Amino acid sequence: MTEENRKIAFICSKGTLDMAYPALVMGWAALGNGIDVTIFFTFWGLDIINKARVDHLELAPVANTSMKMSMMGVNTGNLGIPNIMGILPGMTAFATKLMKDKMAKLDVPPVREYLQMLVDGGAKLYACKMTVDMMGLKKDDFVDGVLDIVTAGDFIDMTEGAQIIFI
Amino acid sequence: MTTREIAGKTVEVNEEGFMTDPSQWDKEIAVELAKEEGIPELTPAHWKIIEFCRQSAAKTGAAPTLRNITIGAGVSTKELFALFPKGPAKKVARISGLGKPEGCV
Repeated sequence: MTEENRKIAFICSKGTLDMAYPALVMGWAALGNGIDVTIFFTFWGLDIINKARVDHLELAPVANTSMKMSMMGVNTGNLGIPNIMGILPGMTAFATKLMKDKMAKLDVPPVREYLQMLVDGGAKLYACKMTVDMMGLKKDDFVDGVLDIVTAGDFIDMTEGAQIIFI
Repeated sequence: MTTREIAGKTVEVNEEGFMTDPSQWDKEIAVELAKEEGIPELTPAHWKIIEFCRQSAAKTGAAPTLRNITIGAGVSTKELFALFPKGPAKKVARISGLGKPEGCV
């Protein structure tokens, strides 16, 4: 064991369902290996810790070149989901449900539960002050475990020596 | 692959110090490995988790992930991290004489 503990900090700037998971999965793996974890939520990433939004993160098929028809169980190889289909009402909800079902099959917990696991494992969660002010949010709007609303400068201070990953 | 002596027994370990043959493991070895991981004494709460990992690995062939442990052994995440501080994933597996957990959750 080294004297100085390894530290990782994630900056979550996206609020879509697929972009919520990377920090959760890697943060959890880091905690499991004894690494300090700090997560800073900024801009759309605040949705991940917003009580009213965390259970409703979505995945849109429009302009998503990686989403293929075959993911819906149709054997169509590399054929993408046509954008024109993606704009139909209900397509975003459909794609979201598809992803949630696939994650559940792998025993991956929903975002809210995953966040709680990270908090219980010792991860430190912070919300970005500028975005919080811009969106008119308060600390009460966030899930339990969010420690504080901090400035970019605070984040830089508290992550000295950490490996920083921007998502 | 090398061998080393733990608690008076010679066992096979990999380059990271994980035992490679779960059948060579016993409770005395666990006590010694726990000390190496900074856990001076294994309490009944520790043993409950270790036993679960042993049973789970016997069934699946791989060390359980942390989430497998919290759900399967009925311990909270907080408790698991308190019992095996600073990296429970590797510590629990190593003390239980298993390889590193396979799986991300």
